[in-house]
Amino acid sequence: MTDNTVLNNSKAVRKSKVKKRSQLKSIWFRYKKNKLAMLGLVLLIILTLVSICAPLLANYNEDAIRQDMKNRLQFPNKDHIFGTDQYGRDLFARIIFGARVSLSISLITIAVSLSIGIIIGSVAGFYGGKIDDVLMRIMDVFLAIPQMLMAISIVAALGPGTGNLIAAMSISNVPRFARIVRSSILTIKDQEFVEAAKACGTRDGRIIAKHIVPNAIGPIIVQATLNIAETIISISGLSFLGLGIKAPTPEWGSMLSEGKEQMRYYPYLVIIPGMAIVFAVMALNLMGDGLRDALDPRLKN
Amino acid sequence: MSVDLIQTKNLKKYFKTPKGELHAVDDVNFNIKRGQTLGVVGESGCGKSTLGRTILRLLEPTSGEVLYNGKNILDYDFKEMQEMRKKMQIIFQDPYASLNPRMTISQIIAEPIKVCKTITNKIEIDNKVYDLMETVGLAERLVNTYPHELDGGRRQRIGVARALALDPEFIVCDEPVSALDVSIQAQILNLMMDLQEERGLTYMFITHDLSVVKHISDEIAVMYLGQCVEKTSSDELFENPMHPYTRALLDAIPVPNLSRRNKSKGIIKGEVTSPINPKPGCRFAARCSEAKPECTSGNFELKEVSKGHFVACAKYS
Amino acid sequence: MADKLLEIKDLNVIYETDESTVYAVNGLNLSINEGETLGLVGETGAGKTTTALSIMKLLPEKIGLIKKGEIILDDINVTNATEHDMRLLRGDTVSMIFQDPMTSLNPTLTVGEQIAEVLELHKKDMNKEQVQKRVEEILELVGLPAERKSEYPHQFSGGMKQRVVIAIALACEPKLLLADEPTTALDVTIQAQVLEMMKELKDKLNTAMLLITHDLGVVAETCDRVAIMYAGEIIELGTVEDIFNGNKHHPYTDGLFGSLPDLTKKTRRLSPIEGLMPDPTDLPSGCPFHTRCNKCMDICKTEKPKITVDNSHMIKCHLFK
Repeated sequence: MTDNTVLNNSKAVRKSKVKKRSQLKSIWFRYKKNKLAMLGLVLLIILTLVSICAPLLANYNEDAIRQDMKNRLQFPNKDHIFGTDQYGRDLFARIIFGARVSLSISLITIAVSLSIGIIIGSVAGFYGGKIDDVLMRIMDVFLAIPQMLMAISIVAALGPGTGNLIAAMSISNVPRFARIVRSSILTIKDQEFVEAAKACGTRDGRIIAKHIVPNAIGPIIVQATLNIAETIISISGLSFLGLGIKAPTPEWGSMLSEGKEQMRYYPYLVIIPGMAIVFAVMALNLMGDGLRDALDPRLKN
Repeated sequence: MSVDLIQTKNLKKYFKTPKGELHAVDDVNFNIKRGQTLGVVGESGCGKSTLGRTILRLLEPTSGEVLYNGKNILDYDFKEMQEMRKKMQIIFQDPYASLNPRMTISQIIAEPIKVCKTITNKIEIDNKVYDLMETVGLAERLVNTYPHELDGGRRQRIGVARALALDPEFIVCDEPVSALDVSIQAQILNLMMDLQEERGLTYMFITHDLSVVKHISDEIAVMYLGQCVEKTSSDELFENPMHPYTRALLDAIPVPNLSRRNKSKGIIKGEVTSPINPKPGCRFAARCSEAKPECTSGNFELKEVSKGHFVACAKYS
Repeated sequence: MADKLLEIKDLNVIYETDESTVYAVNGLNLSINEGETLGLVGETGAGKTTTALSIMKLLPEKIGLIKKGEIILDDINVTNATEHDMRLLRGDTVSMIFQDPMTSLNPTLTVGEQIAEVLELHKKDMNKEQVQKRVEEILELVGLPAERKSEYPHQFSGGMKQRVVIAIALACEPKLLLADEPTTALDVTIQAQVLEMMKELKDKLNTAMLLITHDLGVVAETCDRVAIMYAGEIIELGTVEDIFNGNKHHPYTDGLFGSLPDLTKKTRRLSPIEGLMPDPTDLPSGCPFHTRCNKCMDICKTEKPKITVDNSHMIKCHLFK
């Protein structure tokens, strides 16, 4: 074994001058090139910073919760840059505190449902046969129930609360992710590089995690970013029914539905939370697209 | 004296299909001596790729034995098989599909080492990767490139380097050059033969290209619809082909000189029939120009007609 | 001497992408006489398919451009022809067979309908019965039973599909057939059948053929003349006798032959051409082959070689002056 002797002589001495570039670095390198994706990232960072620094910019109890009927329904002005709502609460304060609730709940929901969906979908797609049948029929049962209805019944059964809300939203999102993951895995699992991995004794878990999922990630990311917007809206729906976030707590979706009643005369009440949702979703979509391209070394622009 | 490294006994692999049982590999017996190359030739659908994968247990055989150094590897459990896999590797046909597009070259070559933990020190793994790249003729600067950035020839070199990463003894080569241009094909063939000499590798070389197989093999097995119809040394096969199918194959190769131009050739009629629920008798009988009534009944097993020359045909039984 | 059916003069084709310009064909000269088979041999990326697509004027829109030169097909200047004129030409005067028979047939139409479509487009004077009769005729011609015309492509095997593709191409009895690696995807025994059939048909219909292939064996068995292509240029052209039996060759041609394992001799090592095809976005100066040539001289690196002609044999190399 000539190779081993060479190796022993050069123990722990790096032989080549060519530096290996780490995976993360090269992903970041490709991501950076995409201007729109960078815009999305900057937007998301701003949104996150604003929601973290919210207490510095406004007083939660004073501006966002306390009703001030004297100053109700003011159009945006010097004191209230986004105006006030029908109870006289400052819209700006409610938007930035609402960002905390809306963004965190929707992001956690997507993260949870995505992870479960990837596990179920890849196990079903990879092993096929009976496991696939059983898992996918269960998913079909979930898919047969309208998403909103299912979330309502889960929250109703578990009782209201942020944790239960996240659980309900996650469970109702899982089947969609599982389906999409399974279908992209089916196209990849028969390729020769997967067989090559099997030929050197790679365990199934590693094959799925290292060889299959990375190659199936494109459509999954797109679905995930699209779902975030839907989740924000669904939360407001649940809140409206009294099953989500409790009434005075600011949250974008419920602000939108409250403002809807006054839309004719006070359009800013819907425009402003609407814009907030649009910005957040746009930022995430741009990031998702950029991430999908950055993760795929084959695409170069 | 060389000994058998690989031997198969009555190896069978059937697939279940809605139309019936597909006999992809049907009762195949052969042996490969250490340091030698067995060429497996046949047309698409004859089960040659399935045979290669069954020997490596990438597909579980329906019945039969695969002996490695005299031990039946089909009895091995997962742990023992894991050890075995370090000794037997595979090179694939399609240099585009056989490399993970999301991994850089160095990651692809290092992957088997990381999986089998033959080396654990990170820097040593890197060094081993560089050694392997040098062995197969890949420039060092390519470590960070992705497969899609390279041409077919270089990609196939990566495939070879990955197969060598665990220092195997036996490599199944599944049409490793058929997707490449002739000049690149010759480069890869030379590389594989050099590696065989340096490392004493044993190859099972699967191909449909008879001129390539003659060049690289010591022994050749001709397959038709899951069965081995003729097996002998490569010189003997080309000088004295006995099975009508082998002769038809040899006649069909386009030869790059003008001597055979405008001469009528013994082109066989018809196409390969389906290996699903095959009828008894010789499977080639329907296309055979010398078929007799007895060809459609009874089984014809490989028979030693002259020394070291095995044929399965009614003419010789 | 037969008339020139196709003449290509100084053809230059480029592909323009966002990042770079690919010089696919660079100053190609070629002619095909009526009823003649010309083999166009070269490796992947040599510009063989691009040449064929230029003749059909089917280069990818906006990306592929004919920069210079002209193509004259049956007295029509293809380079200036409008899309409307080209449509009349394609399938009638010139037709093309693609490499992969699996993807070049429409899976939702029967084989008969696909053959009839070409006839309906180009032979407007034929009535329905005549078209159907011709479909049956042409199927028998390529060795398929006429009653299979109502079957769908998936009911045929690979070799039979390629026969159907050939039937479509020959339905209007074109003067020129462009065959782009017609047998590469087929098994050897099937390849032999299809080649044999193509040879017979060609003689019967007197169709000229441009046979694009990388397989010198196929060329030796079917072609009258051979053109060897490298990096978008023809570097050697001659009759099959010139190429296979002659003793003067371009070093690249020698390299191609050296790469082939010989069935009659036993050699342990092949003698391939070292290195790779040059990058078509950045071609070397002088002779495009000089980077891989083992007979490279100083002049090769700077000056483009001129054509040396010896009767029917043309070589583009500094070695022969």
